Amino acid sequence: MQLDEFFVTGEPLIYGGMVAIALVTSAILFILTYFKKWNWLWREWLTTVDHKKIGIMYILSALAMLFRGGMDALMMRVQLAFPGMNFLNAQHYDEVFTTHGTVMIIFMAMPFLIGLMNIIVPLQIGARDFAFPFVNAISFWSFFFGAMLFNISFVIGGSPDAGWTSYTPLAGAAMSPGPGQNFYLLGLQLAGIGTLATGINLMVTILKMRAPSMKMFHMPIFTWSSFITCFIIIFAFPILTVALALMTIDRIFGSQFFTLTGEGLPMMWTNLFWMWGHPEVYIVILPAFGIFSEIIATFAKKRLFGYSAMVWSIVLIAGLSFLVWVHHFFTMGAGAFVNSVFSISTMLIAVPTGVKIFNWLGTLYKSKIEFSVAMLWSLAFIPSFVIGGVTGVMLGMAAADFQFHNSYFLVAHFHYVLIAGTVFACFAGLVYWYPKMFGHKLNERIGKWSFWFFLIGFHVCFFPQFFIGLDGMPRRIFYIAPEWFTLNFISTIGAFGMGVGFAIFVYNIYYSFRYSERETTGDAWNNGRTLEWATAAPVPHYNFATLPDKVGYDALLDMKEKGETTFDESKLEPIHMPNNTGKPIIMMGILAFASFALVFEWVTLAAIGLIGTIIMMGIRSFDYDDGHYVSVDEIKRTERAARGLNDE
Amino acid sequence: MNRKKHHYKKGFIFLLLSMVVLLSGCEQMVVFDPKGPVAESQKDLILYSLIYMAGIIVVVFAAFAIIVVKYRDHPNRKASSYKPNLHGNKAIEAVWIIIPIIIVTLLSIPTVNTLFDLEEPPVSSSDKEPLVVYATAANWKWFFSYPEQDIETVNYLHIPTDRAIEFRLASAGSMAALWIPALGGQKYNMAGMQTVLYLQADEPGVYDGRNSNFNGEGFTEHTFEVYAESGDKFNEWVSEQQETAPNLTQKKYNKLLEPGLVDRYTFSSTHRDWVQHGTLEDMDYTIERFREAYETNMHLENDGEQTNNEH
Ligand code: HEM
Ligand SMILES: [Cu+2]
Ligand SMILES: [Cu+2]
Repeated sequence: MQLDEFFVTGEPLIYGGMVAIALVTSAILFILTYFKKWNWLWREWLTTVDHKKIGIMYILSALAMLFRGGMDALMMRVQLAFPGMNFLNAQHYDEVFTTHGTVMIIFMAMPFLIGLMNIIVPLQIGARDFAFPFVNAISFWSFFFGAMLFNISFVIGGSPDAGWTSYTPLAGAAMSPGPGQNFYLLGLQLAGIGTLATGINLMVTILKMRAPSMKMFHMPIFTWSSFITCFIIIFAFPILTVALALMTIDRIFGSQFFTLTGEGLPMMWTNLFWMWGHPEVYIVILPAFGIFSEIIATFAKKRLFGYSAMVWSIVLIAGLSFLVWVHHFFTMGAGAFVNSVFSISTMLIAVPTGVKIFNWLGTLYKSKIEFSVAMLWSLAFIPSFVIGGVTGVMLGMAAADFQFHNSYFLVAHFHYVLIAGTVFACFAGLVYWYPKMFGHKLNERIGKWSFWFFLIGFHVCFFPQFFIGLDGMPRRIFYIAPEWFTLNFISTIGAFGMGVGFAIFVYNIYYSFRYSERETTGDAWNNGRTLEWATAAPVPHYNFATLPDKVGYDALLDMKEKGETTFDESKLEPIHMPNNTGKPIIMMGILAFASFALVFEWVTLAAIGLIGTIIMMGIRSFDYDDGHYVSVDEIKRTERAARGLNDE
Repeated sequence: MNRKKHHYKKGFIFLLLSMVVLLSGCEQMVVFDPKGPVAESQKDLILYSLIYMAGIIVVVFAAFAIIVVKYRDHPNRKASSYKPNLHGNKAIEAVWIIIPIIIVTLLSIPTVNTLFDLEEPPVSSSDKEPLVVYATAANWKWFFSYPEQDIETVNYLHIPTDRAIEFRLASAGSMAALWIPALGGQKYNMAGMQTVLYLQADEPGVYDGRNSNFNGEGFTEHTFEVYAESGDKFNEWVSEQQETAPNLTQKKYNKLLEPGLVDRYTFSSTHRDWVQHGTLEDMDYTIERFREAYETNMHLENDGEQTNNEH
């Protein structure tokens, strides 16, 4: 193989990307070496099994991916701003929207939420850790390496270009030759392992590790939404795993599951993809609902309205999410009856979703609203998401969808739900729990700037797209007709507004790190209602020194009333915690190497890598390291320092 | 406090203004400007749903605005208006479950009706047999075969007005979707199977049609134009083509089929004599011949003119 086949050549934008990657990597390497941080990085982060640190690594990676996906988005919007643009050619545009969609959903939205769940769920249920901390580290590294594998495709080998849905036969070996599509398949497969493992891990954690006496129907709503999300993950991801594996075998070993030759069934992919894909969109929306519920209750200083209705509506949405996948291809010609059934099941999802919207309004009713940044994101979510929701119902009306399908109406709709739902929730959740994670708040004033830029930019960007869609503009075209100019131009301006909002958000992280006041109490917003606010700040690695007994709904409120704390010196006992280990990163690193080899169809190397992974698993199963105890003295010292108590 | 309120007002006014500006453009949007009964029924359904959607939006937005303004943390608020433990009300919760169910029902009925209607030729032309056109998508061009007239066109289409067109859709390569927004919504073209789509034009005119399902590099230019004209004119056009257009040979057809962009062509015979892409036996016809052709990149740029308007 020639070097110029291995590296992508001939595109100034990609050369720019290569230079940027090289510069950033060398800068990081230099800083780590110069400040002698390698050891620290390894000891404190790369080998950690602490759910909070793993969560932080998830969120940092997700922010990086949001940046990458956002740059892709801006490139597309630039290309679509004027009818005569030649910023991206057809091929490059295809690669950009494919990577944008995949990165945003698989490597940004989901990991961001999983990161928040990682940090918060154990704290909310009064647990000291995940059920399987080692597996949790494996999950993170498989996601991380999956994301890296997918991301290098644009400098090495070439990006996938068949859309994030990768419909066959287009995505098959014949019509999409070269390694690009393999990057998609193996990157998603690798990350998918981690997601599935997280689903199981978190579910067991919630079921088995709750504070003694916390009933299921006393769990905070974010934990509930995470719990239901785990169910969706456990049922949906195996479908993806199988589908990806079949297409990989098709492409690399020449089988014919989805091909146009040898009795292949290309349409089978479409079905499998959306049987996973529709539930997937609920994987990224249900936790978001949970986050908004927590924040709205906190800053409205009021108990959540209709708690059990909220829980049941989540359950119902999760159930229905498996029964609607056909709405992604009403146009396949399945016939009026099938389309009617799926049309109605789709519209039915609006009912429990509506219940949630009204319950949030109910929570705000007779409350005392404090407009903090986290609350602003949550409030902005409500009307924005309603627009996404009602247009979703319109898309669900199959006969009308014949006109909407594959048009910009659809693009506008799914960005309305994904951004107003998921992205707002990620920002809101990050701002809200930031003091728990880093021991200081984000600056509120800068936060508001970022919020308004992003919010207004968002509507300016996507609202016009409903109309461009109704004017017949299809998605995924790489240049526009003159009659679509005005609205597209407005849309591009909006996209840059969002870009500015994001940049301010990132600046805020830096600014607050430098100048924000450090937290002294665990209950940073003074109105925490749930157990995560009962820990000290920063949260000690064992989370709770003592676990409260008799935990009910809004557990912290109860504790405040009764004057209890999670640091009752008379009840201290040594706490058992797992040790750090380098095995997860090494194991997943080897698996990533195997995947990389498979992308280029170097089967021998891939087999070696796979064997290496299996050997690592073997080593792990003879691992008799069963952790360490944190002594009572150490707990006392840590808690006193964190809570600002004097040593007597 | 004041500053914040100001912000909301600005946002709201902005939203209203943009709504007005955008909605005033409604008349020209193709989907709202149907030229045939199918597009018409779809437009009606969309407008019908818009009424309900507007209702929902007005109710939720109004409730939201009122609540957010009224219950903000404000120094001179009456203590009685803050009820931190209020957390449920069975009656009102029942209302907001039942009303959406009613709305969904009201939306489902016309949806299902329209769905069943669209499976048949439009009633307005039930006195005439539909005109059958096989529309085959290939990477990245369109072949339209008229079996009765025994002619075939590439990348453009002539149809008579006031008569249903029965499109029989198939693909010679990756999946595509035939969409003529002015005449009505789309259906997929797939290799190895055939789907049927009924459309009809009531007004003579030239309409844009395209593939709306992404199928690779040439996708943006995978378009065609539809010339709708009176039955007489259509027949004239047909006989002219039958007389003047060359025969379509398999060799020529294979040449055209090769992945890439081509101009418009007309032939006085159809490719259905030797290949039917909508059947399982023939679904690999193109792949078997042109497997390698997909490896070359077309370096397709925006040439500034729309292929559509070249005719
Ligand atoms: C930050 C602002 C964003 C902008 C300006 C933006 C813009 C775009 C554009 C221009 C396209 C391509 C449309 C086309 O040519 O068909 C697109 C596609 C897409 N976007 Fe975004 N996007 C943004 C954020 C997001 C987020 C946050 C998500 C998901 C969480 C997302 C998910 C997708 C998906 C799934 C596609 C479809 C990709 C495909 O067609 O294969 N986007 N976006
Ligand atoms: Cu099919
Ligand atoms: Cu869906």
